[in-house]
Amino acid sequence: MIIVIDYNVGNVKSVCNAFGYIGCKVKLSCDPVDIENATGLVLPGVAAFGYAIDALGHAAELVKKAVAAGKPLLGICVGYQLLFEKSCEHGQHKGLGLVNGDVISIPKGRVIPHMGWNMVKLPKEIDLFEGMGNEKHFYFAHSYYAKPADSQAAIAYTEYGFQLPAAVKKNNIYGTQFHPEKSGTQGLQILENFAKICEK
Amino acid sequence: MLTKRIIPCLDVKDNRVVKGVNFLNLRDAGDPVELGKRYSDSGADELVFLDITATIRSRKTIVELVEKVAENVFIPFTVGGGIQTVEQMDKLLRSGAEKVSVNTAAVENPDLLAQGARRFGNQCVVLAIDARRSKDKPGHWQVCVKAGSEPTALDVVEWAIKGEKLGAGEILLTSMDADGTRAGYDNELNKAVTDAVNIPVIASGGAGNLDHLCDAITIGHADAVLMASITHFGNYTINEIKQYLKDKGISVNL
Repeated sequence: MIIVIDYNVGNVKSVCNAFGYIGCKVKLSCDPVDIENATGLVLPGVAAFGYAIDALGHAAELVKKAVAAGKPLLGICVGYQLLFEKSCEHGQHKGLGLVNGDVISIPKGRVIPHMGWNMVKLPKEIDLFEGMGNEKHFYFAHSYYAKPADSQAAIAYTEYGFQLPAAVKKNNIYGTQFHPEKSGTQGLQILENFAKICEK
Repeated sequence: MLTKRIIPCLDVKDNRVVKGVNFLNLRDAGDPVELGKRYSDSGADELVFLDITATIRSRKTIVELVEKVAENVFIPFTVGGGIQTVEQMDKLLRSGAEKVSVNTAAVENPDLLAQGARRFGNQCVVLAIDARRSKDKPGHWQVCVKAGSEPTALDVVEWAIKGEKLGAGEILLTSMDADGTRAGYDNELNKAVTDAVNIPVIASGGAGNLDHLCDAITIGHADAVLMASITHFGNYTINEIKQYLKDKGISVNL
């Protein structure tokens, strides 16, 4: 079963609702046994980075261990940003360091937060985007963005006056800056694709 | 390219969606969960739920409503009305809301915006401003609180700038003069605020036809347009609105 990591941040429930809607059973938990037995993990999150990493607490080590054991992990929004090494949102904070790179401010000179539906180009060969066509709109809401050190890890971009990385993949680690659970049918498709990846 | 958002607004009173004129004369517009789902399925970009009773009793009801909406709606939605503390914000966000909006409580305690931003990130914190054209100072607007019933000494543009500095990630700007009249948005107001801040502004109050929506974006420079009457009562579908804006060269999620 896919485990949605339960920590004290917003939108955990929305992610569970979305999986439920597509007929995929998930469990909201941060119990070590559940995480060890999981087929895959989802790290959701609507919060400031510093608050989120503190709230994750001891579960951080459990997530890292599960990833090292080869379990697929999907980070969403701040959960995606937590995958990186560090963030400068309201002070300096260390992330999980699962993907090399930093979370930095969206450069000035445009409306910030980057809020709303933006077009994301979807490379065909990525399993997370299977059967979705070349591009789709997804919902974004963020003032900081992750800059992967390894450009290979960035699998999708969106245009916001510059090419903003919208998703990463590194081996069994996936992450989206946008919210698949709040991006209508195309968002649900991504969750369905992730569920399929976890079944393999 | 980031698209302009079409946002239906559901004013909720006693578990029903209602819509008035100039904040008065409420008319029933249906069940909030059903209407929310209908909008989500028909291509709305986002929803706003405003609890316009906002009493202690309705506070519990709105959390239950948010939970029900979140089970059926897979687009972002904002919840507002009577929110006074970070704990109340947390409860609503954990129940499935993407953002929370504050109005009166932010005027009474501006630090609430900063507290919310520190904990949830500023993209979660919406500052709702009810604006009334000033009778004494032309080209100025007065901030009104308590569902528009109480004028304050605050100037709308100055308050918007302060709100952004404190941590608001978006402004929901309602013209009380235009609200429910279907005579068009107050684009002078919209432009005054969008020019003054660097966060997204949702134009609200006065939508009556498709040109009004277009004007709020092209003249008022709004990042999103909010409407109620014209979509609740079936004048236009979301699809018609988006197709019209697209034909006018505006980028929409269609």
